Amino acid sequence: MTSPATFTQAHISYAAVVPMLVIFGAALVGVLVEAFLPRAQRYLVQLGVTLIGLVASFLTLVLIARNNRGVTAASAVVIDAPALMLQGTVLVLSFFAVLLMAERFDTKYPDAFTQSGASVPGSPTETNAVRLGATTTEVFPLTLFSVGGMMLFVASGDLLIMFIALEVLSLPLYILTGLARRRRLLSQEASLKYFLLGAFSSAFFLFGSALVYGATKTIQFGALADAVASTNGRDDILIPGVFLIAVGLLFKVGAVPFQSWTPDVYQGAPTPVTGFMATTVKVAAFGAMLRLFYVALDGLQWNWQPVLAVIAVLTMIVGSVFAVTQTDIKRLLAYSSISHAGFLLIGVVALNKTGLSGTMFYLVAYGFTTIAAFGIVALVRSSGSEATHLSQWAGLGRTSPVLAATFSFLMLGFAGIPLTSGFTAKFALFSSAVGHGATWLVVVAVLMSAVTAFVYVRIIVLMYFSEPTGDTQVVMPSPLTGIAVTAGALMTLVLGVAPAPLLNLAQHSALFMR
Amino acid sequence: MSDFPFLTTLGVIPLVGAAVVSLLPKGSARLARPVALVFSLITLVVGIVAATQFKTGGGQPQFQLTETHSWIPQFGVSYALGVDGMALALILMSLVLVPISLLAAWNDVPEGGRREQTYFALLLVLETFMVGVFAATDVFLFYVFFEAMLIPVYFLIGLYGGPRRQYAAVKFLLFSLFGGLIMLVAVIALYQQGPGGDQGFLVSTLTGLNMSASTERLLFVGFFIAFAIKAPMWPVHTWLPDAASESKPAVAVLLVGVLDKVGTFGMIRFCLQLFPEASKWATPVVIILALISIVYAAIAAIGQNDMMRLIAYTSVSHFGFIVLGIFAVTQTSMIGSQLYMINHGFTTAALFLFAGFLIVRGKSKNITDYGGWQRITPVLGGVFLIAGLSGLALPGLNSFVSEFLVMIGTFQRYQVAGGIAVVGVVLAALYVLLMIKNVLTGPKPQLAAGPDGTLALGDDGTRPHTGVTDTLFDEPDTKIEDIPAEAKVRGSSIRDLDLREKTVAGVLVAILVVLGFFPKPALDLLRPAVSQTLQHVGVQDPSPHADANPEGSSK
Repeated sequence: MTSPATFTQAHISYAAVVPMLVIFGAALVGVLVEAFLPRAQRYLVQLGVTLIGLVASFLTLVLIARNNRGVTAASAVVIDAPALMLQGTVLVLSFFAVLLMAERFDTKYPDAFTQSGASVPGSPTETNAVRLGATTTEVFPLTLFSVGGMMLFVASGDLLIMFIALEVLSLPLYILTGLARRRRLLSQEASLKYFLLGAFSSAFFLFGSALVYGATKTIQFGALADAVASTNGRDDILIPGVFLIAVGLLFKVGAVPFQSWTPDVYQGAPTPVTGFMATTVKVAAFGAMLRLFYVALDGLQWNWQPVLAVIAVLTMIVGSVFAVTQTDIKRLLAYSSISHAGFLLIGVVALNKTGLSGTMFYLVAYGFTTIAAFGIVALVRSSGSEATHLSQWAGLGRTSPVLAATFSFLMLGFAGIPLTSGFTAKFALFSSAVGHGATWLVVVAVLMSAVTAFVYVRIIVLMYFSEPTGDTQVVMPSPLTGIAVTAGALMTLVLGVAPAPLLNLAQHSALFMR
Repeated sequence: MSDFPFLTTLGVIPLVGAAVVSLLPKGSARLARPVALVFSLITLVVGIVAATQFKTGGGQPQFQLTETHSWIPQFGVSYALGVDGMALALILMSLVLVPISLLAAWNDVPEGGRREQTYFALLLVLETFMVGVFAATDVFLFYVFFEAMLIPVYFLIGLYGGPRRQYAAVKFLLFSLFGGLIMLVAVIALYQQGPGGDQGFLVSTLTGLNMSASTERLLFVGFFIAFAIKAPMWPVHTWLPDAASESKPAVAVLLVGVLDKVGTFGMIRFCLQLFPEASKWATPVVIILALISIVYAAIAAIGQNDMMRLIAYTSVSHFGFIVLGIFAVTQTSMIGSQLYMINHGFTTAALFLFAGFLIVRGKSKNITDYGGWQRITPVLGGVFLIAGLSGLALPGLNSFVSEFLVMIGTFQRYQVAGGIAVVGVVLAALYVLLMIKNVLTGPKPQLAAGPDGTLALGDDGTRPHTGVTDTLFDEPDTKIEDIPAEAKVRGSSIRDLDLREKTVAGVLVAILVVLGFFPKPALDLLRPAVSQTLQHVGVQDPSPHADANPEGSSK
């Protein structure tokens, strides 16, 4: 290491980081659009900037960054195969999530968002904002900033960059959570909860980083791995540091015992934002967790593996069992996402190549299914607002057969029935665990799969085997939602029937660079 | 011609049929039934052609008509199909039963339209999975079919069943999923024990692996639990009476007659072939469970008032015989079990469908609501009697041959178990004959019939009290004057079987009789498969000792 006194300018391989630059650039353009363009034009321009930004970033990722892998920016950013795969996943999923966010139905602005997020619900300020025709298009640049943060998160090469990326991805999400147009109080409460708990978890992360630095004199993952292997006698601060960092990451994926925010936030946030959070944040957080534990801390596996295994078991059990008792579809999907986080942790615990590729495959499969599911949730309405109570979904099979059939298929995908992506993904993950000898973990996982299957089947029962009640209707979506839901459902099928290409990609991407 | 992908074709035809049926435009929705029937008949014809390509006799590889393509090389999964005699026989049985069931299900969805299209499309999708599950020679592919099959059945029960259909459908799904997921762990672990690679999941790759005894036993248990639930065996049989009773008779036929065979099929193909040592280790427990199934289910059947539940319990009892024969592992018992699987399919189909015909007319599943119906519907009464006699294994009918073979084969090795199993035969006579007596015999009740030739309901939609006896076990001393007054209402008579129903009945009864008198073709088909299995297990038939067999019953 260079001495602190001298300053060496870091060399940055711009070709490797260009996808992130594109995203941040597009986000800044979005801010300018918001500031200078007349209101009437903002929606189309913002949507265009966002989608073009995401597509352009993906293209640069495939065409440029893929051929310029390496450790760059003074080891702060690592563009290796897993980083590229995860960044690509985030971009693709964000693209479809943005399509959902842009859904206007027959109004002028995105339907799910309030025009005045900062005002007290029902106050004169709010009325005034609506009267003046405030727009809701600020969600697009916010989303892009968050996407940029996630891309950095999975590619970070040291603890500080990881922390910064964590903040960059989180802060826009806190705001987005509070922007629901209907049931504003619930939304604001969710936003505040998410922010407070998120801030705590970030502090834990930072404190843990400090302890780890104290023990190893480094924050860079590669050096950390060497230091962990050679340092001894510092376990008293190293191990607590590792676990404090883990707290920050486990919070983001909603693992037990840091899961309590998930149902509230999922329920309160605007549904498209929930879809965005449920998929991309999971991808990013698991990506970061994989990098941290596989690259930096694999020397400490005897310390963290048992703890993470216990957390995985608890997460699966709490997620599955609590999902059984839910009566709100969004809360139910939230608990289901907790149980999926538990399944995903199995891949992290496995600490082998199949675990890494299996986790990445699972993230893609789960992401597509989830996006489509939340896209559909936003369409089921009762007197104008979303009908999220399960009883309002009764008899949808009779009244809107296509929607019910699609949603049932997605539920079967979540449940992991063969010929859906859920099965292939579970198989990939469970194989990795059996491979490293944690068969007991897989036994717990399949038992909990049976429990979650009951949950998903209950929704199908409700839609098909019950009589329609009340005034639930299904609104006809624009092609935006149509594309996102179709893509999600289609990928759920394709990854179940012909998963070989993506599995191949995941396996070839399953090698971290230090 | 021999390279033609027969098995894939067999799977694809019904799938195309399902697509056609479900996509029929509104105007021609009434075509759903004939189209479905035609597709199932085409499948049957192709199946028969495929069977002619199958070579019986020694010197053949384990599987014929094979197709192997790489599917998910990363997992070692191949799309590999192939049949031995047992699988081919089961596939042919399924292909025969599907058109029969479709014909019997002709009026199952009277309101027609979209709902009817879905019903017949689901039945055809099920046919695809049935072919797939028996033809898969890749453990992963088998698992995929094994689990995916649940979904159409679940909807068939849950959407079209009786009043407690939701409960029955969910119970069915959860029991099956639970077993299936346990098996999934074993499937994954089995792969890790094998050599791995691109074709690591092929049955041929995984046969004869060297595993530690404890691993092999755990894997065996993982597979066996799933198959025991599927078969079903005591004590995990409880979903079957509910599912069979709540579903339409045609669905019950495919569920009990075909899908449950996957359980016993799996025991032979996977438990015995892949884990021979563990199978020997588990044999005592399995045989005891099989005996409990035989006796317990038979006794339970005697006490059932619901005809469909009764038939379901007889199946549990018969599955006990099949499992007993499988795990007795003698040449005779094994071939008996495999033949029993085929026979049971047809017998159960006959029982369920004829009971279904009766229930359509009498509008009740309860035995006590009947009595004297052989005088109202003599043809239906006659075929129901034949189906019942086949169920109790009367010599000359199909079940007798297989039950007899299982008994003899079991007795060669396990005299006590064979002796206890005989009790099941006696009890079978009881439950069948009691049902026949209560439903068919007795004085002719004077029942009013509606315009459609079925029992007319009261003005308030309630069913008139029409039974001759109040409980199952009354003495048959009921006189005509004891019949409740409202049952004596005169009117047009309840009609007997029509042409469609006669076709169903005629085909089934013919099969029952032919397989009873001339089982040789089926036995020829099965014999090589049996020898193969015995080779895998590495067991010889016990040599007949004079003192071990004092009665000399088997030799």
